[in-house]
Amino acid sequence: MERTASGVGLVALGGFVGALARYGVDVAAGDVTGAGTLLVNVVGSFALGFLVTRAVGPRTRLFVGTGVISSFTTYSTFATDTVALGTVGGTAYVAVSYGLGFAAALAGLAVGRRP
Amino acid sequence: MTAANPLLGAVAVGLGGAAGATCRHLIGLTVSGRRSLAAVNVLGSLVLGAVLAAPVDSAVALGVGVGFCGAFTTFSSFAVETVTTAESGEADVAVGFALGVLLAAIGAALLGSAAVAVAT
Repeated sequence: MERTASGVGLVALGGFVGALARYGVDVAAGDVTGAGTLLVNVVGSFALGFLVTRAVGPRTRLFVGTGVISSFTTYSTFATDTVALGTVGGTAYVAVSYGLGFAAALAGLAVGRRP
Repeated sequence: MTAANPLLGAVAVGLGGAAGATCRHLIGLTVSGRRSLAAVNVLGSLVLGAVLAAPVDSAVALGVGVGFCGAFTTFSSFAVETVTTAESGEADVAVGFALGVLLAAIGAALLGSAAVAVAT
């Protein structure tokens, strides 16, 4: 995908939407450390798995994939929440996030590849 | 994390998200595939570790932490990259990638936090 001004604009707009949606989920999820981030990461991994299998145009891929979905999910908060949860809680959180996240990506790919 | 002014907080998250996604995209155009995903996730975790430890205003924490770092880093692309790498027969590469990014990101978050603690 070439670097174009309109491409960057689509990613930026998607990033605005995705980050705001993640913040909304986070606020709605309340004070349970990691709950909102786990939810967005699993949902977003499914959505991106689905998207990458579809024959969509480059502009849709940039806006929805690189912009909205990739910004809706996050790794940095996952990392800091893991640290905040301590050794036992953090290990469990990583196991659940990786397990459900990878399963969701596989499920998204499988659903998207169905004829 | 919430701001005193909800609208200001939301705008800060959105603008930070736009900037974070743009930077991730530009790095992705320069560095390919797993290297770029590892770089953004580790670098973003370093910055977020620092932001969470720093005595900053809530709007700054929302804009830079939740918005920028949140959008600059990504779990979905990381997950799809990991499973498609495994699907292509490179299971060892996929495991190394998933665990390598995890350990490096956690180390980076701790480092960012420690650096702020030393500086303040």
